[in-house]
Amino acid sequence: MENRQIGKSIPRKEGREKVTGAARYVDDLTFPDMIHGLTVRSSFARGKILGIRFGEGIPWNEFTIVTAKDIPGKNCIALLIEDQPCLADQFVNHPEEAVVLLAHPDKYLLEEARRAVQIEYEPLPGVFTIDDSLSLKQIIWGDDNVFKSYRVEKGDVGSAWSSADFIVEGEYETGAQEQLYIEPQGMIARANSTEGVTVWGSLQCPYYVHKALVRLFGLPKEKVRVVQTETGGGFGGKEEYPSMIAGHAALLALKSGKPVKMIYDRAEDMAATTKRHPSRTRHRTAVTREGKLLAMEIDFTLDGGAYETLSPVVLSRGTIHAAGPYACPNVLIQSRVVATNAPPHGAFRGFGAPQSVFALERHLDRVAVAVGISPEEVRRRNFLHEGQTLAVGQVVREKVQMDKLMDRALALSGYHEKRARFAEENPRSAIKRGIGFAAFLHGAGFTGSGEEYLASEALVTATPEGKVHVLAGSTEMGQGTNTIFAQIAAEALGLDCDQIEILQPDTSLVPNSGPTVASRTTMIVGKLVETAALAIKKSLLDAGLLKNGYSAHDFVDACRKYPGKFGALQSLVKYQHPGDLHWDDAKYQGDAYGAYAWAVYVAEVSVDTRTAEVRVEDFVAVQEVGKVINPILAAGQIEGGVAQGIGFALYENVVWQEGRMVNGQMTNYIMPTSMDVPPIRVFFEELPYARGPAGAKGIGELPLDGTAPAIANAISHATRADVRQIPITTEKLMEMLEGVHV
Amino acid sequence: MSEAARKIRVQCEINGKAVSLETHSMARLLDVLREQAGLTGTKEGCGEGECGACSIEMDGALVNSCLIPALQADGAKIRTIEGVADADVLSALQKSFLGHGGAQCGICTPGMILAARNLLSRNAQPTENEVREALSGNLCRCTGYTKIFESVLEACRTQRAHP
Repeated sequence: MENRQIGKSIPRKEGREKVTGAARYVDDLTFPDMIHGLTVRSSFARGKILGIRFGEGIPWNEFTIVTAKDIPGKNCIALLIEDQPCLADQFVNHPEEAVVLLAHPDKYLLEEARRAVQIEYEPLPGVFTIDDSLSLKQIIWGDDNVFKSYRVEKGDVGSAWSSADFIVEGEYETGAQEQLYIEPQGMIARANSTEGVTVWGSLQCPYYVHKALVRLFGLPKEKVRVVQTETGGGFGGKEEYPSMIAGHAALLALKSGKPVKMIYDRAEDMAATTKRHPSRTRHRTAVTREGKLLAMEIDFTLDGGAYETLSPVVLSRGTIHAAGPYACPNVLIQSRVVATNAPPHGAFRGFGAPQSVFALERHLDRVAVAVGISPEEVRRRNFLHEGQTLAVGQVVREKVQMDKLMDRALALSGYHEKRARFAEENPRSAIKRGIGFAAFLHGAGFTGSGEEYLASEALVTATPEGKVHVLAGSTEMGQGTNTIFAQIAAEALGLDCDQIEILQPDTSLVPNSGPTVASRTTMIVGKLVETAALAIKKSLLDAGLLKNGYSAHDFVDACRKYPGKFGALQSLVKYQHPGDLHWDDAKYQGDAYGAYAWAVYVAEVSVDTRTAEVRVEDFVAVQEVGKVINPILAAGQIEGGVAQGIGFALYENVVWQEGRMVNGQMTNYIMPTSMDVPPIRVFFEELPYARGPAGAKGIGELPLDGTAPAIANAISHATRADVRQIPITTEKLMEMLEGVHV
Repeated sequence: MSEAARKIRVQCEINGKAVSLETHSMARLLDVLREQAGLTGTKEGCGEGECGACSIEMDGALVNSCLIPALQADGAKIRTIEGVADADVLSALQKSFLGHGGAQCGICTPGMILAARNLLSRNAQPTENEVREALSGNLCRCTGYTKIFESVLEACRTQRAHP
């Protein structure tokens, strides 16, 4: 019975519905009497609202109109704190902030009505860059425009500068990035005073939406129900924002007494919803002539946008990952996330780490140049090993094989042979080739004591018919939750995946398993599912209804007999924090994550120096993620993440004008197409993690961390351009190559 | 303008069935398929012809249904994702997308399968480069396309083996 389901590429559970078009996403649902909802947004980045006028030519009496005054509970989107309003009341703090909501049965008329709503403002000066925010020319949040700051200290950096052979400094920047799930945000709500509020929608975290609606409507928890519909991609973009659109749809539903559907079109989705935080990182590094790191001083700043939302947590992950998988004795990381008058930046796969890892891995290539050794040697001489300490003071107890991962990645990519060949060929060609890599780690699960606070639960039940149900708040959004949970439960129970059913996340049925984020679903919630499934098996064995070596038929038979004698067959398992993991929130020291994934990614590029066009020609991704539960799904996660990383590195350029994204269309915000991706070659080292389900660790965010710096290092190798910013658009690279402004 | 004046009637053949549908004069073919014909397998990703989630076949050509005014579909033969499987039997492409990780979140999948199907109807043995070109109007944010290429090429292999 061992290992019958794990390590097998079981086809996606909901795959048949997806390939036939039968899967129902929120916009595919229609309710009787349903009307459409729409949002009227601020045209100013910052200002005082003087009045709202409803222009002529629209039959306003047919419309449901909602403003901040219609909110029954507190006007906020409850998340970490309650600073973000659901609807702007007296002030607007970013472009596209929601001010008025409209609903009507005719969506064509609704669009005309939107244009007839005129909001008058007294404009106030805005803050649009990290520097302007830090200079305190305008205070737009709290006392100092800083949402959160951290200080992480290991050893004493001050002691190292004088003994350094080289001190290497550098500043690095990353731009905003749009999640660009292909299914735009959407929600349907039904609400009335007796039943409360129910929403159906495209979302990652049903209990985040639940918490926000409870606060917004001032309702008891049991009067709010959140149901996840099939979700067409999230990548973090459907982590916090769905609470906003759910609130809007529900307010319209309550006032109109009818079900209300709100679906964003692409332009609205791109302009109004969250993006990856823009960042600026400064490095100062002391290193010996042998390439040994003596001290790393890192200053990391994120642009958080207008409200706090999840920024402190994004900053936390970015900060902890900023010093990478290296054993430097002296490290000082100081970080902060600041307010600007842009829509709040938010969760996006990687969650702060892609920003700080880009800076570090680009910087280490520059350290190698300064010392006069190869990029691989500078890393090899500093890689962290088992028993050594990360910047936050965490002693790494798992086996770490960064050397082996790097050797394997360099061999698979033909790195050394290509370096030699390109050195010979490049001088004779207008097309310069380069190869570069990045080495990195990614912590799985919530940071520090986060999992302890979440105290997630999962429930497994077996029906008298012998069907096993997994009930969890974890959502499927393409990454494979349904299939992975089925494999874990099936393995624990000695059954086939067909016998396992994953119930649709619905807060009236499933327990709170925490949000579907942070590479935590397989490792943390999967472990709860495994434990619960094993408890079901134990119940049947202990009851004498099953004997080890049972068949699927025996299992069904036992499930039929069990309830009559013992009651419902179910197991609810709650997360237990391992006693040997300690975290000190005040000092920001301790075991930041229960486990890390480790990786080395190699990118090969060609750069046409006449046009500054970059192509990624080959990509090798080698990682250690514990036991791989489903090879096709796991490889799919990496390949998709690498493609998003290629976009982050080269194409995806959010153009800002006074806090507003002005290229909010797929026509001019460019993501990789089928013509842009190289062969993405994915390899796993498998070191089973003792605490993961069947030995698995987290995987989802990992590929976003290392892809962009690998590409940037390859471009620098090809052209000698000292890349410091991403995206490296053609225009920017041409400026670097030609020394002219395009 | 009165309600009645804003309505038009479109007669066409969808997935082999003749239909006559009333819709708004400003409606796009995508709206008619989803709202009047109830065929919600065709998705809207961008509404501007960039993402290909709304790809369908119209008179044998692959089109973005978000860019086609409903009126223009009058008299046309249309195939959507709902018309790809033979009753309950999946097509070779659908099977290979399912078996080779070609679908993740699934929102681009109907359009992607229609685009691949259109390619294979013209070229039964495409190279990977030809697959890349044929799918370049269909964006996928989940897969990095690798498993989609594998799915399409695998479907060609099985079709060759079991025509």
